[in-house]
Amino acid sequence: MVHIVDGALSAPVLIGGGVAAAGGIALGLRSLSLEKIPAAGVLSATFFVAALVHVPIGPSSVHLVMNGLAGLVLGWAAFPALFVGLLLQAVFFGFGGVTVLGVNTVTIALPAVLVGLLFRRGVASADSRLAGLSGLLAGSLAIMLTALAVALVLWLSGEAFIPAAKLVVVAHLPVAVIEGLVCAAAVTLIHRVKPDLFGALVAPARPA
Amino acid sequence: MSHAFGHDSTAPTTPGLIQALDPRTRILAAVAFALVTVSLNDLWVLLGPLALAGAALAAARLPPGPTLKRMALMDGFIVFILVMLPFTVPGEAAFTVFGWPASWAGLEQAAAIALKANAIVLMLLSLVGSMEPTTLGHALARLRLPESLVHLLLFTVRYIAVIDAEYRRLRRAMQARGFRPRTNGHTFRSIGYLVGMMLVRALERSERILQAMKCRGFTGRLPLLDDLRYGRADAVFGAGAGVALAALLALDSLHVGPV
Repeated sequence: MVHIVDGALSAPVLIGGGVAAAGGIALGLRSLSLEKIPAAGVLSATFFVAALVHVPIGPSSVHLVMNGLAGLVLGWAAFPALFVGLLLQAVFFGFGGVTVLGVNTVTIALPAVLVGLLFRRGVASADSRLAGLSGLLAGSLAIMLTALAVALVLWLSGEAFIPAAKLVVVAHLPVAVIEGLVCAAAVTLIHRVKPDLFGALVAPARPA
Repeated sequence: MSHAFGHDSTAPTTPGLIQALDPRTRILAAVAFALVTVSLNDLWVLLGPLALAGAALAAARLPPGPTLKRMALMDGFIVFILVMLPFTVPGEAAFTVFGWPASWAGLEQAAAIALKANAIVLMLLSLVGSMEPTTLGHALARLRLPESLVHLLLFTVRYIAVIDAEYRRLRRAMQARGFRPRTNGHTFRSIGYLVGMMLVRALERSERILQAMKCRGFTGRLPLLDDLRYGRADAVFGAGAGVALAALLALDSLHVGPV
């Protein structure tokens, strides 16, 4: 539900989204030295596949977004990585659109980067419960920020979208809970198995 | 997503007219088409882009069934916005549902969004979705996208099928141990461990990839080998597309009604 399609948003919103996305991507690429591109690419592919995982809610199901976890693992590189994922989804699956690519990138990647910055210390802490809690908050907060950003761009595009914008936020509350729990479990496992994953792309390159 | 990257179920069996064009032409045409289509206002004129997209679908020889199904899947994302519009846009009432008046203006706006979204997605799937993902990367590099972004795209495309196979393997192992997804904490925790494990393995795989690449003299740049060339077909197609898009814009400015 986080994909907005072509035709709904107003021109200033589309242009603003495109410019902001280009800025975020440029910042993200600057943080990626050429040595780290293979790691970023493989992780980006992993988040692409993770977004196809469906989790049942009652009779229906939702697909994971995992943008909070992407922010924790990739830092600013989450911007280009999630952009690549959205581009591939739009071109080969028809999810999203062309003119909205910038807006969709910002609404998903900006929350990812923000929670990444906020909770990076928490997930790297020696205390596994604190790490899990940080993962929970990061996963939930990223989805809520994404829902609020989608609602904001709808609201900026016209008064008539306000009820739809409110519905987007309400509909994402259960998704945020599920994403938080899944993200907490993922962080707990990474914390136990390979804790330096969280610094792999953020910290300066380790000697290979 | 092995069925979308590699052995794609919607890949055309025989290349159509679209596949004879340079990938860059197809990307630029799809973007121009999207920009023109979102700027149109008249509902009748908006049938034009839909017809053009249908023609492109036929010219790309994509199987109509699966491609239209993908388009319909996208409609699922927006249907709730469209359904609410008639009730939230003020205007003359067309009909009422449980005492809520639905306005003509809102209906028209919802129809315009649906037409635009579907036409653009169909055109994108036909022009760009019908090429190899790697070709897309090469074409974007030739269109002067930053080199590191193109490399990121190429690595992502390369490893989606690999990671997807890994995901399926892990999922099968869970199933063999009796895992059935339900709405409960156990499911969320198991899926979380699954995603975490995929990330751990992905990073370890990327370390092996980097070492193997260094072993073969990787200096941080991937030479992109391709022989993309604009030809006469591209000139003809470009001219035709330019005329069609200009005609749509002209019709729209003549016809513009109280939408």
